[in-house]
Amino acid sequence: MAVAALKNDTLSPDRQVLFDYAVMLGDTALIHGQRLSEWTSHAPTVELDIALGNQALDLIGQARMFLEYAGKVEEAGRDEDALAFLRDGFDFRNLLIVELPNGDFGHTMARQFIMGVYSSLLYEALSASQDDQLAGIAKKAVKEQRYHARHGGEWLVRLGDGTEESHARAQRGLDELWPYTHELFTTDPVESAAAELGFGVDPSGLRAEWDGLVDDVLARAGLSRPEDDWQPDGGKRGEHTENLGYILAELQFLQRAYPGAEW
Amino acid sequence: MRRLPMQTSALPAPHAMPRERISKSKESNETMTDKNEWPLFEVFIRSKQGLAHQHAGSLHAADAEMAIENARDVYTRRSEGQSIWVVPSTAITATSPDDKSVLFDPADTKVYRHPTFYDVPDEVECL
Amino acid sequence: MNETTRDVVELGQWFDAYVADEKKIEPKDWMPDAYRKTLVRQISQHAHSEVIGMQPEGNWITRAPTLRRKAGLLAKVQDEAGHGLYLYSAAETLGVSRGQMDDGLLSGKDKYSSIFNYPTPTWADIGAIGWLVDGAAITNQIPLCRCSYGPYARAMIRVCKEESFHQRQGYEIMLRLSHGTAEQKRMAQDALNRWWWPAVMMFGPSDKDSAHSAQSMAWRIKRVSNDDLRQRFVDMTVKQADYLGLTMPDPDLKWNEERGHYDIGEIDWSDFWKVVKGNGPCNRQRLAHRQKAHDDGEWVRDAALAHANKRVARATRDAA
Repeated sequence: MAVAALKNDTLSPDRQVLFDYAVMLGDTALIHGQRLSEWTSHAPTVELDIALGNQALDLIGQARMFLEYAGKVEEAGRDEDALAFLRDGFDFRNLLIVELPNGDFGHTMARQFIMGVYSSLLYEALSASQDDQLAGIAKKAVKEQRYHARHGGEWLVRLGDGTEESHARAQRGLDELWPYTHELFTTDPVESAAAELGFGVDPSGLRAEWDGLVDDVLARAGLSRPEDDWQPDGGKRGEHTENLGYILAELQFLQRAYPGAEW
Repeated sequence: MRRLPMQTSALPAPHAMPRERISKSKESNETMTDKNEWPLFEVFIRSKQGLAHQHAGSLHAADAEMAIENARDVYTRRSEGQSIWVVPSTAITATSPDDKSVLFDPADTKVYRHPTFYDVPDEVECL
Repeated sequence: MNETTRDVVELGQWFDAYVADEKKIEPKDWMPDAYRKTLVRQISQHAHSEVIGMQPEGNWITRAPTLRRKAGLLAKVQDEAGHGLYLYSAAETLGVSRGQMDDGLLSGKDKYSSIFNYPTPTWADIGAIGWLVDGAAITNQIPLCRCSYGPYARAMIRVCKEESFHQRQGYEIMLRLSHGTAEQKRMAQDALNRWWWPAVMMFGPSDKDSAHSAQSMAWRIKRVSNDDLRQRFVDMTVKQADYLGLTMPDPDLKWNEERGHYDIGEIDWSDFWKVVKGNGPCNRQRLAHRQKAHDDGEWVRDAALAHANKRVARATRDAA
């Protein structure tokens, strides 16, 4: 069990839920964007380098909005950077799937597709949030995520159908990621509280539609849907894979090496 | 420097010179395409509703959908686009520079197609 | 002189006069072989520089100190990829294929700007590259917007328009560092010390010693001499360094009242040639990185093509 995060004692319980919820969404976008940006200058074509960079920029932009908002809700003087650069792993609430290494291009496209479909559905629902800020961010983000889903889906079809090698690689990426998709739809206490308060989304309700959209593309790609066996989770509670520590070591290096400096 | 324009007019434009009279470099033929290379597409972008699509450049893509996606990322990162057309470069038929004078010079002398050709008194308005 | 040779000589004279008259050449127009070759060499080299240039800066994307900086740097490196593509597409109008250019880069036959063979060990290098390297590149590129070859000129107009943010971004980073803590200021000065001379050398050897300068000037490919461009850059940059409160690593740098320009110390061209010949700190690393990305991506490129071909085959079969 992870040690409970440091709390701002003066926050009302509802505001605390709002803060935790915004951090959860922001962290997933941040770590995902960080991972995706690792592709820069390594992509299979220069055109794809730009495409992956654009998607990383979308995610970093979403992270900034969610974290900046979380900081405002908290009223403890933390901005987007304080939250991104000055927390340790057990305070991060991102989904485990986004902290896994990129793998090859097939693996990355499988994740872009899985997360693209998931986040489109999540943000579509969140657009109806009773919290105007969250609804506003979601309305902007849903367009971006729909594009990620489309781009990733088209690539999965190309790879699944392309050559023997590409088919095998796409299937392997999918197989490796599949166990972590379970966590997308588990309901954390923060999420159920946020849903009850009318500003958050209970992700378990997104599962059926996600299944349908994913199955459709897998069929077009000639890829098989992996078995549901191992179902790791914990990211939403701050229990992470070993990967996150290294991501943060890189992400936070300058802020940690030069405390208090302005950049 | 003064004599250069004269020299220019003294010789036919290279466009007008028959191709066979010019020694061709081996590079001046059509673009050579490796069979493993993604085909080339020409990209046309409508920057705003009400304007026509304009040629923005070219790019490589394996298929037309990818060409649209690449064009979106390569040519519209700064909100330059409202609509994109992509066309396989091989699908474009173009006039040859050799035909420039034959095709376009005759129009130069049809001055009566322009409003300024006609004399109308200044005091008559709305013409 | 046989008939064909005479035609070519006459055409060559016509061509020289035509471009001297500031008229533009378009892809299918006749052009001297040497003009075509010069352009292919210059444009592909320029495109390669953009693509290789993604590496030294990409090196800091995952470590950028704030999210604002991360987004700005990522967008900048993306622009470099985009500029590489605009330029490859301009070169392709001259009859060279993208595959040929990729091979030229990877085989080491083609050059790219030597500036990218220097390392970026600190965050301040990102500031220094934006400020100095992009500053020098823009100085170089603005005249190219008026180059005689239409597609190259049009690509450069686009590039210059987009690059103006790069230099400002770099200067802003330097400003923050040089007005920050003592450690940050030290970082900024260290980066300036390392990048100043390589940036000054980006304009190439003095025109007296440059093999291609005179012909390129006559053809309106090159519009301003290397030395004049270098002087513009120096004059502009010295004042910017003063504002940062940083010291130029050149004890001989001084204002020359008579010329109305800054004089700089002797340039150590031996270092320049060492890097051009492949022995800079990062030449091998940069090419190996590019080669790896190319090799790792091969199965993806093949798969996309195979899928496209299968789709065409399926459509043909269904139509039959």
